[in-house]
Amino acid sequence: MFFDPILLARIQFAFTISFHIIFPAFTIGLAGYLSCVEALYLKTKNPIYKEIYKFWIKIFAIIFGMGVVSGVVLSYQIGTNWSGFSYKTGNVLGPLLGFEVLTAFFLEASFLGIMLFGWNRVSDKLHFVSTVIVAIGTLISAFWILAANSWMHTPQGYFITDGIFYPSNWLEIIFNPSFLYRFSHMVVATYLTTAFVVCGVSAWFLWRKKSTEHAKVMFKMALFFIAIFIPLQIFIGDLQGLNTLKYQPVKVAAMEGIWETEKGAALTVFGIPDEKSESTKYAIKIPKLASLILTHDAEGEIRGLKSWAKEDRPPVVPIFFAFRVMIGIGFAMLLTAVVALILNFRKKLFDVKWFQFWCMLMTPSGFIALLAGWFVTEIGRQPFLVYGLLRTKDVASVISYEQVLFSLVSFVLVYFVIFGAATFYILRLIGKGVGKIG
Amino acid sequence: MFDFSNFLNLPLIFGCVVALAIFMYVFLDGFDLGIGILFPFAPSDECRSKMMNSVAPFWDGNETWLVMGGAALFAAFPLAYSIIMPAFYIPIIMMLLGLIFRGVAFEFRFKTESKKEQKIWDYSFHFGSLIATFFQGILLGGFIQGIKVENKVFTGGTWDWFNGFSMMTGIALTFGYALIGSAWLIMKTHDKTQKWARSAAFYLLFIVAFFIILTSVWTPFLNDKIFIRWFMEPNIYYLLIIPILTLLTFVSLFKSLIDKKETKPFLMVICLFVLCYFGLAVSLFPYAVPYQLLFGEAAAASTSLSFLFVGVALILPIILCYTCFSYHVFRGKSSHEHMY
Repeated sequence: MFFDPILLARIQFAFTISFHIIFPAFTIGLAGYLSCVEALYLKTKNPIYKEIYKFWIKIFAIIFGMGVVSGVVLSYQIGTNWSGFSYKTGNVLGPLLGFEVLTAFFLEASFLGIMLFGWNRVSDKLHFVSTVIVAIGTLISAFWILAANSWMHTPQGYFITDGIFYPSNWLEIIFNPSFLYRFSHMVVATYLTTAFVVCGVSAWFLWRKKSTEHAKVMFKMALFFIAIFIPLQIFIGDLQGLNTLKYQPVKVAAMEGIWETEKGAALTVFGIPDEKSESTKYAIKIPKLASLILTHDAEGEIRGLKSWAKEDRPPVVPIFFAFRVMIGIGFAMLLTAVVALILNFRKKLFDVKWFQFWCMLMTPSGFIALLAGWFVTEIGRQPFLVYGLLRTKDVASVISYEQVLFSLVSFVLVYFVIFGAATFYILRLIGKGVGKIG
Repeated sequence: MFDFSNFLNLPLIFGCVVALAIFMYVFLDGFDLGIGILFPFAPSDECRSKMMNSVAPFWDGNETWLVMGGAALFAAFPLAYSIIMPAFYIPIIMMLLGLIFRGVAFEFRFKTESKKEQKIWDYSFHFGSLIATFFQGILLGGFIQGIKVENKVFTGGTWDWFNGFSMMTGIALTFGYALIGSAWLIMKTHDKTQKWARSAAFYLLFIVAFFIILTSVWTPFLNDKIFIRWFMEPNIYYLLIIPILTLLTFVSLFKSLIDKKETKPFLMVICLFVLCYFGLAVSLFPYAVPYQLLFGEAAAASTSLSFLFVGVALILPIILCYTCFSYHVFRGKSSHEHMY
């Protein structure tokens, strides 16, 4: 029944949170980048860095604002649409979110004001400190929200009485088994996302021979970041995979489209998982590779989906494909870094047109990979909200489907309008190029 | 694992924390939203730019108190949060939509390149602020009237909040925020804008006085519990101080406007908000979910409250410090130019 209020609530949450994550994905990285740029300005006094800063700060302001307004929606949606979840897990997750507001949100918001508007009112040093504080604020925010989200995947440090979760050890709750992997994977993802945007925009400037001096500085900085972060990300991703195999093996089985428990499992590069027949059709496989990657042992055992009851399995198709999108983009990023290193070695980094075009295409790659990865991990946790302990369908708010339909349609319409406007303004700002100050 | 419940009444403390967070939100975002409500009535586009610039560095931090209120409610009173949120589903969604349009208007208006384009975000700013405020007022009215709860779950209907009293509180809050917005502008602008803000404040003063009287008279008749609390002897003799102080504040506000004072009106309006808030607290204490759940019943586990208490006690003072610092950096009158 399409008008099932729980399904509508799920769609709404998925939509609003996917939308929201795009913005911190950019602001975390960009705040870090702006800190570097401003530090370079203070150190070298070269106006080119201030100009680069002033170019990106306008874009940063828009993205940050979108992050705030879409974030407020989420903080209330947990209550409006998932009241059962709020009540049952409030004792554990409430304080974590409370700390996020206390230690991160206020910090970012207050110092953002100085960052944007305080140039002529505070010293250069204090302005730089404000930028750094905002960057730190975004990281603190990521810390708490990933702690809360990771706890939902690998809960520990709790006990349950009468269906309500209670905390027993806060260090165990925060530093739960998957937290450090997911936190580092996400933070590096945001830095990569930003790096590819900076890279793509400066590639476009080089292509059009606009703001060339600034473009060269930004292009090189971005590719330098990418060259360091993408191998690191692949390494962290691998570690996260091992962790997921240990704590949420059904998610890994879905990621790989593995139905039968087997040793020395083959990697399905492509295929179409079919839930009815419990198999993956048209599979293109590489023997032993899945076991090798997932367990670091060519004969390692991977549990297949069929070893779980049907009601305990997540939807396989979206997870399978989202995972491949993320991995595919990861390799495209790695390729970008390799080509950049080669071109730089040959002193031709700024001169190769097809590479500039490639970088332009890669501009949104971080966002797509990030969203794909989040789809894998969150859909992979289903049918549970708290893995193994609390099912999503059991804890939705009991409200009429008309209300949820109203809010869902409203959010979709409003978000598209606002996002459309934001994209328009950002593209226009980019189109103007980097302005000169002195 | 720490647990302070043996020597601290944590539910009471957190009741105060949530109340404080909501109050901070109401007075800080009150003037932001108030400016949005007043927006189309300003004498010129230049005035409008000055109005927006006067709050642009602060709106984000101010709105964060709303997130704080919601998060504190979730963390400290998860049962109350899980009941109140679905009970006011439509007003909350409408408020969120209003806040979206208000928030993005700040960023987009600065980026426009024509008057026509600017007008779009003028409307976004105004109607976003208006809708957010109106539905906050409705939520308040609905909250005062009480929520249907059975077995720790909301059992009322979709439209329980939709009635005369809530519509009235919605309108009342709109004028209230407009008043504090105008008082802020008196402080932060000069010449034409300030003059206009001052005349707006005069009108708003009387309208707000009317609504405060209306709400104060109407509320005790909503529920016997409230009636008894206010009018029973000897309560009535102690509580009489609230209406007396309110009247004195109004007189002081009026005088400060006549005397063309710059900061006093804003301070007086804050006093007014404090007094109204106090009046509400008298009516609603000790319910977390009127009139079914006491805040002790709706509170989170004492271990959760204890953990959060450490955070709140250490960090809230720091937040207040750097917030004051931020306002200090942007002291003085605002200009109409683009600022970054």
